[in-house]
Amino acid sequence: MKKLFGKPKSLTDVRTTYCPGCGHGIAHRLVAEVIDELGIREKTIGVAPVGCAVFAYDYWDFDVTEAAHGRPPAVATGIKRMLPDRIVFTYQGDGDLAAIGTAEIIHAANRGENFTVIFINNGCYGMTGSQMAPTTIAGQITATTPTGRDVHYAGYPIRISEALAQLSGSRYIERVSVHSPRNVIQAKRALKKAFQYQLDGKGFTLIEVLSMCPTGWGVGSIEATSWIEEKVLPTYPLGVIKDE
Amino acid sequence: MRGNIALVEGAIKAGCTAYFGYPITPQNEVTDHMSKRMPEEGRIFIQSESELAAINMVFGAALTGARAMTSSSSPGISLKQEGISYMAGAELPGLIVNIQRGGPGLGNISGAQGDYFQATRGGGHGDYRTLVLAPDSVQEMYEFPGLAFNIAEKYRIPALMLSDGVLGQMMEPMVMKDIEIIRATDMKDWVLDGAKERPARRVVSLLMKPGALEEHNYHLQQKYQQITEKEVRFEETNTEGANVILVGYGTSARICHKATVEARNAGMKVGLFRPITLFPFPYKRLNELASTVKGFVVVEMSLGQMVEDVRLAVEGKVPVHFYGRPAGGLPEIGKIIQEIRGMLQ
Repeated sequence: MKKLFGKPKSLTDVRTTYCPGCGHGIAHRLVAEVIDELGIREKTIGVAPVGCAVFAYDYWDFDVTEAAHGRPPAVATGIKRMLPDRIVFTYQGDGDLAAIGTAEIIHAANRGENFTVIFINNGCYGMTGSQMAPTTIAGQITATTPTGRDVHYAGYPIRISEALAQLSGSRYIERVSVHSPRNVIQAKRALKKAFQYQLDGKGFTLIEVLSMCPTGWGVGSIEATSWIEEKVLPTYPLGVIKDE
Repeated sequence: MRGNIALVEGAIKAGCTAYFGYPITPQNEVTDHMSKRMPEEGRIFIQSESELAAINMVFGAALTGARAMTSSSSPGISLKQEGISYMAGAELPGLIVNIQRGGPGLGNISGAQGDYFQATRGGGHGDYRTLVLAPDSVQEMYEFPGLAFNIAEKYRIPALMLSDGVLGQMMEPMVMKDIEIIRATDMKDWVLDGAKERPARRVVSLLMKPGALEEHNYHLQQKYQQITEKEVRFEETNTEGANVILVGYGTSARICHKATVEARNAGMKVGLFRPITLFPFPYKRLNELASTVKGFVVVEMSLGQMVEDVRLAVEGKVPVHFYGRPAGGLPEIGKIIQEIRGMLQ
C-alpha cells in the first residue's frame, strides 16, 4: 500500500514543549518537509534561537547549533563562510531578530549572506511570559504593556522585513502566515523557494512567518487564528516583499 | 616586525582559516593586515558589524572545525564576553586576542594590564576558565597563536592571548620560524558539517534536564584541572640563589628584566619569574621558590591584579610587595629597584 502521508524524516519523535495552538510546531514541520523534499537533510545545519524555539534542536533530525540571543545571523555567517556548500538557516523569534539581534540581521542581510532566515513573528516574548516584542501591535496587552501598547510611549510595531528589503544585499523576502490551511500551503511554498534560492547561490533570503501565540495573547487556540486575520494582518500584510 | 603584524603572520602559519574583527585602537594593524593576508591565503576575513557579531562568527566557524579567531582591545573584549561564555559552555575551541588598553570605560589607547582579572577568571557569566597566554615579545606574538590553537582544540576550550598596546605597537627583530600544528584527533566526532552517514549532532550550552548542567560543569572543571596539571608555562631568569624575585608578565616582565640587570650590576641578588600562562597560573613553582627567597616584588601595569595570585601561591611564607602603575603610566625601573632594596633591608 502506498503511504500518502507521514512524518518528515527531518523531524524527530520528540514531543514538543509548545502550547496548544502555537504556530511553532507547524513552522518546524514545514521546514522539515521542505528539507526532505529538496533532499538536503544531510547537508543542512540549522541555528536555533533563544526563546520558545530554543529546543528546536531536539525536534529536527539534522545538525543544529544553539546561538546566543539575537546572534544566529552571526553564527550562521561563520558556518556558511566555512562551509559554503552546506545549507544553513536560522530560526528566530521576533525578540531575537527584531530587538536584541537587530544589528546582526541587518548586516547579515546587507552582506548578502547566502543563508535562509525563518523569522517567527508572534507579537510577544512567549518564553518569558508574554512581554512586549518590537512587533507587538498597537494596543496589544502584554505583561509589560498592561494597558495595551501605547505607540507614543513604547514605540511602533516594527516591520523589519520591509526594512531589510531596503538593503541591496537582501534577495528574497516574503511574509506568510500559518493561521489557516491556505496560508500554511503558501508558507511552505515560500520556504521551499527560499531554500532553493540558497541552493542556487542567490543570496540572503528571509521568510517572516506570522504565528499564533494563544497563551501569550490570552485567547483560545481557535480565537488565535482569527486574531491574526483581524488584528495582525492589517499591520503585517502578507505577500512577497522583495524578490529580485 | 611590529607585534600586531607578527600576530597575524603567526596565526596564518598556525593554520587559522577564519578571522572576524572590528576596528579598535591599539589593535587596528591586526584587522588591517588580516584583511590583506587572509584573502591572499584563500581564507576568510570579515569585518563584522560589532564585537558581538565577531565572536559569534568565531562560534559559527569553530563549530565546523575551523581554526577561527578574533582580536580586539579591552572595551571590545568586554563585548565579546557573551560569546566566550557560550563557547566555553558549548566546548568550542577558538582564539581571542586582547591587545589591552587603558580602562575602565573608554580609558585611553596606551598599553595597560587592567584586564588580568577579566581574562583569568573566565570573563563572562558562568563557572568557566579559558587558557590565557601572555606574550612578552614580538617573537611570542608570532608563536603563541599556534600554541593557543593547539591547546584550545586539545581541550575544546576558547583560548585568550593577553597582550597589550605596547607589545602590539612595538617593533623588534624576530624569526618567522615554522609553527607546529597539532589538530585534535576527535574533532571529526563533534563538528557540525551535515548529518551524512551519521546521527544528527547538536552544539548546545543549554542543559535543562535535572542534573545535566551540574554534571556538565563537573566535566568542564575536570578539563580545567587537567589543564592546570599539564599546561602551566613560565620562564625563570636568575632565580637560583636570588634573595628577591620580581614577578611580571608581558610588558611588565620586560621592564622587570631591565630592572634585574641593573640591580644585579649593583650587587643585589635578584631574579625574574615570568608567568607565560596566566591561566593556568604557576602557583606550584612560585610556592617552591617562596622557600628560597626573602620575598617577591610583583610589578604590573595596573594597581594590583596578578599580585593576588602570587599571594595565593606564596601562602604567606614570605612578603609579597606590589609596585604598579595604572593605565597611561609605565612602571619605572628606579622605583622597582627601590622596592628591591626595601625588601633586602
